[in-house]
Amino acid sequence: MNINLTLVLQMIAFAAFVWFCMKFVWPPIVNALAERKTKIAEGLAAAERGHKEQELGARRATERIKEAKSKAADIVSQAQKRATEIIDEAKQDAREEGARLVHAAQAEIDQEVNRAREELREKVAVLAVAAAEKILEKEIDPAAHGAIVDSFAKQI
Amino acid sequence: MASSETLTSQGYIKHHLTNLTFGNHPEHGLTFASSAEEAAEMGFWAVHVDTMFFSILLGGLFLWFFKKVADKATAGEPGGAQNFVEWIVDFVEDNVRGSFSGKNSLVAPLALTIFVWVFLMNLMDLFPVDLIPYSFQALASLFGADPHHVFLKIVPTTDPNATFGMSLTVFFLVVYYSIKMKGVGGFLGELTLQPFGKWGLPANLMLEGINLLSKPVSLALRLFGNLYAGEMIFILIALMYGHAIVMSIGGGLLQIGWAIFHILVITLQAFIFMVLTIVYLDMAHQQHH
Repeated sequence: MNINLTLVLQMIAFAAFVWFCMKFVWPPIVNALAERKTKIAEGLAAAERGHKEQELGARRATERIKEAKSKAADIVSQAQKRATEIIDEAKQDAREEGARLVHAAQAEIDQEVNRAREELREKVAVLAVAAAEKILEKEIDPAAHGAIVDSFAKQI
Repeated sequence: MASSETLTSQGYIKHHLTNLTFGNHPEHGLTFASSAEEAAEMGFWAVHVDTMFFSILLGGLFLWFFKKVADKATAGEPGGAQNFVEWIVDFVEDNVRGSFSGKNSLVAPLALTIFVWVFLMNLMDLFPVDLIPYSFQALASLFGADPHHVFLKIVPTTDPNATFGMSLTVFFLVVYYSIKMKGVGGFLGELTLQPFGKWGLPANLMLEGINLLSKPVSLALRLFGNLYAGEMIFILIALMYGHAIVMSIGGGLLQIGWAIFHILVITLQAFIFMVLTIVYLDMAHQQHH
């Protein structure tokens, strides 16, 4: 329990330990701790950023979907309109074509009727002349009386 | 242990409280002291070899382990040893940040060294009191030494040389930083011009001088006193062995109980030494107006 040279040696040893600790032990450990702290902070910030970006992306995607939907609806309605138009056009065309066909058929019928009537008239005239010939047998000159028979036939 | 013929309680206790002293004896020359009286006669020029050996061994152990971890310290995922070291470093840094307001890169490593070193030195107290000294005596007797005159104290902090060694170093640091931060005038002014103003100079010097000098004394004596008393109780309990069987069993139980309680003392004293060092250095850095 004596105070002696040990005291001085202990002081030297203590100072050496503190110096060594300050020089070689403390800085690397504290640096590692600080570095980890910044790393964690960066990681958290990155996560936060990622989260925000994801939110933004989700919102953007929703917008795109909405846009695409409205575009699609537009396209569909346009197509429907166009289809209606095409149908209308086709109907119109068909109607016109039908009318044209009917008209042409009517004209042909009219022509046929006229031709038939002409033929009939001629035949009637011939028959009438023939009949008159037979009735009269003589005195009748087809050339002289033809005009009268013709006018008669025209009244048919 | 005292010699078997004269194994008295006093002899046993005294033997346990004597350091292995190496020095220049006025009569026997440069040698190991063979008794407490001889050690005392050696005066100042003697060295407590056991205190030096165990304190440097433990300090080296501390620095070796921490340096090993520090070399491999990564900011990534820490391993087991690094986790443990970081836990201690974090604890010390927290205390420094809480108590020390200035900027000084010495304080935190100093606090760490004090805390771990004092803790390890105190921890030696938990070795059974006779285990290492008895082994050492057996070893020394192999080299022809008389085992009854071979002393060994394995707890460096029960030697006031060790505790005063630390507290005086801290004291010099306090004085150094006081002068560095406030100048010689500022430091002397702090000692002499308050609290009563310049007309109360002698009273000021008395109060502030005692205040300043009490720091290293209280620091050293607190640690020494606690550990010395703890060691003493271990020795006293150890005296119960070798009597009746009931006493031996009771002594064993007491030893365990005291050891468990002593874990608290060991840690607490290391912590107190560290915190007070930080506080003293903080006071040295503070400007008074």
